[in-house]
Amino acid sequence: MYPEYMQESIKKVEASRQKRLELAKKSREVVKPMTEEERAKILNRFHPDYQKDARREIRVGPNKGQKLTTAVADLLETYSRIEPKKFDLKEPDIDTEVLIIGGGGGGCMAAIWASEMGAKVTISQKLRLGDANSMMSQGGMQAAVNPHDSPTIHYLDILGGGHFDNKPELVEALTKEAPFITKYLEELGVIWDKNEEGFLVTGPGGGTSRRRLLSCEDYTGAEIMRTLRDEVRNRTDRIEVLEFTPAVELILDDKGKCAGAVLFNLETEEYFICRAKATIITTGGYGRLHIKGFPTTNHYGATADGLVIAYRAGAKLLYMDSVQYHPTGAVFPEQIVGFLVTEKVRGSGGQPVNKNGELFVFPLEPRDVEAASFIRECTERNLGIKTPSGQIGIWLDSPIIDLLNGQGTIQRTLPAMVRQFQRFDIDITKEPMLVYPTLHYQNGGIEINANCESTIPGLYAAGETSGGLHGRNRLMGNSVLDYNVFGRRAGIAAAEYAKKAKIGKLSLNHVNKFNKEVEKVGIERSSVSPMLLPSYIPEHVKERQKTTTYQGTLY
Amino acid sequence: MPEEEKVPVYIMNKRYMVPASLTIMGALEYAGYQLKRGCGCREGFCGACATVYRVPGSYKVQYGLACQSVVEPDMYIAQLPFFPAVKKTYDIEKLKPENDTLITIYPEIGRCVACNTCTKSCPQDLEVMDYIQAALRGDIEKVAHLSFDCIMCGLCAARCPAEIVHYNVGILARRLYGKYLNPKSKHLEDRLEDIEKGKFDAELEELKNMSREELEKTYIARDLDFKIT
Repeated sequence: MYPEYMQESIKKVEASRQKRLELAKKSREVVKPMTEEERAKILNRFHPDYQKDARREIRVGPNKGQKLTTAVADLLETYSRIEPKKFDLKEPDIDTEVLIIGGGGGGCMAAIWASEMGAKVTISQKLRLGDANSMMSQGGMQAAVNPHDSPTIHYLDILGGGHFDNKPELVEALTKEAPFITKYLEELGVIWDKNEEGFLVTGPGGGTSRRRLLSCEDYTGAEIMRTLRDEVRNRTDRIEVLEFTPAVELILDDKGKCAGAVLFNLETEEYFICRAKATIITTGGYGRLHIKGFPTTNHYGATADGLVIAYRAGAKLLYMDSVQYHPTGAVFPEQIVGFLVTEKVRGSGGQPVNKNGELFVFPLEPRDVEAASFIRECTERNLGIKTPSGQIGIWLDSPIIDLLNGQGTIQRTLPAMVRQFQRFDIDITKEPMLVYPTLHYQNGGIEINANCESTIPGLYAAGETSGGLHGRNRLMGNSVLDYNVFGRRAGIAAAEYAKKAKIGKLSLNHVNKFNKEVEKVGIERSSVSPMLLPSYIPEHVKERQKTTTYQGTLY
Repeated sequence: MPEEEKVPVYIMNKRYMVPASLTIMGALEYAGYQLKRGCGCREGFCGACATVYRVPGSYKVQYGLACQSVVEPDMYIAQLPFFPAVKKTYDIEKLKPENDTLITIYPEIGRCVACNTCTKSCPQDLEVMDYIQAALRGDIEKVAHLSFDCIMCGLCAARCPAEIVHYNVGILARRLYGKYLNPKSKHLEDRLEDIEKGKFDAELEELKNMSREELEKTYIARDLDFKIT
């Protein structure tokens, strides 16, 4: 329930609704989309990435000398959790053909396709299989399936959204394979939203020029992820799943090829050596780093573990200077601060309005531009609404969706959102939501080519942990598509490579070497990664816990 | 800001004082737990944090997701991080969406005594018993629709006196529905054929070879067309 003092502002939103509705019925462009110059200007002034302390030079590893997001540079300039000399690499505990690190959407897709190619697959998963951001995506997956749309138009939208920094070969693969993936997922049993004649329901998204968002209510990610997980579990004869067993370091061979990983049982705190002919990293993003103190939409496990271990082994990263803040994170009530309010709300006609009930931006700008304009409204223009805990947000007018599309639309197409707010006595079919940008997506990552090969032979990456596809800003619905297209490609490429690969003597020398580099720049020994689990234990408790670092580290 | 009011909660029968506005998950962490199991997406989509609790003065055991339920004073909290549920393996390509498909794979649904405990324990407020009854009748479509918002947290299965694993019946039904019964999209078939024939290859090649300036121009000149086809 909203506090009494917000009612005056809510009345203003209601008062302007009819007029906004009439305009919206005539054309989607109630407020004109920004020109390229306007976009650049607002990003420069208000997007968190463009603030002075947002980036710093990294002093170690393959990207040494480049400016990266400060929190990322901090995470990468750390020591290993393990002491290499304590490990006997001569007799591996697990011998597999394709090791997949990360059992979310990309990992499961890779596992299915690698097993389809005849490879023996092992999945190392930090939490439960399917515990991933993939499960949480609400709005949809882009695929150019409409007759007046095409992979070419999809391609152009992606490049414009990504500020033309995207790697063309990746975008081509993504847009051309999107319809195939749609069909493939349907054949696995994913229930796409269809109209009565069986046509796929498509919606618009930020930065798209056509209706291209396919959905499964607003449980799109959950529907795809649980289907992929079920399929992996049906293949127990070919895919071994190790839950609560993350990888903490990659292993190379004497020729510098990737040859597996050191795995860690989170519960018994034992380490295991896994030798693999090919290794795929699908560990997702970094939302739980809470960059610049932002809350996040991300899963508990989103701590960029794969990025860290790949970097330490010598893999190059791309565009790790760019962070995606989702424009619409919840700011009220307190219990759901930072939670995702799907872009499908704006795609369905929902409008961002300020405390006076004024629509102040085209609702479907690319995410970085939309987020920057929300920040401007709340800071420079001071037209945001303050919550009891001191946060500021703007209204996302959801009731207008039913007025535009017919009563019952919200309940039918956004049941997760309705449920989320209903738990706190807010009825989004009648009242607006209070929102502000929230940390959402890692735009860059491990550099790959269209076969998902990293710069280390035998090491592949797919999904959010990889970089290049989205340039410096991802559009809505391309992440679900990304992990499906490139998860599959990685699975196939790794399985083919594994057939011929000859692994030499296993080595962790790269870890020693990297540790020395870190020592040289004067980092404290207690600073280790991968992080594995974020900590939300309050300071007064931590003081009593007396532990200097976190569980399972050897220091 | 004044310090927030604190309330006592009993985590596995041990008393802790926690801020009154916290969710159960927030309370566990505030108390000092580094969660490994029983914590996932933290937004109500993944089903990792199934929790049972009881409040004073009531014999009733209640259910919720730790990330979505606010603490109540003196509540007794226990999590259900894992449940040894039956998951059958099958080849979806070889199954047929017939009346007896669900009961053949999960014959224990025949043991349902219609007690409705599953429905009462569902944190998503789904009509769980109704979809098990639909499964008994072989109505795959109804099972798929009624179970669609299931997050597979396992509370239904943990409470079922007939040892049914409702959510695994649900996902089987949804996969059968999605694959075999949901009508096929003609536009999609046409598009796949076009791609197969290389219809877009030349245009894509042209875009791939454009300079940044040319791309920017082409991007700005593109039309927005949101009509429904």
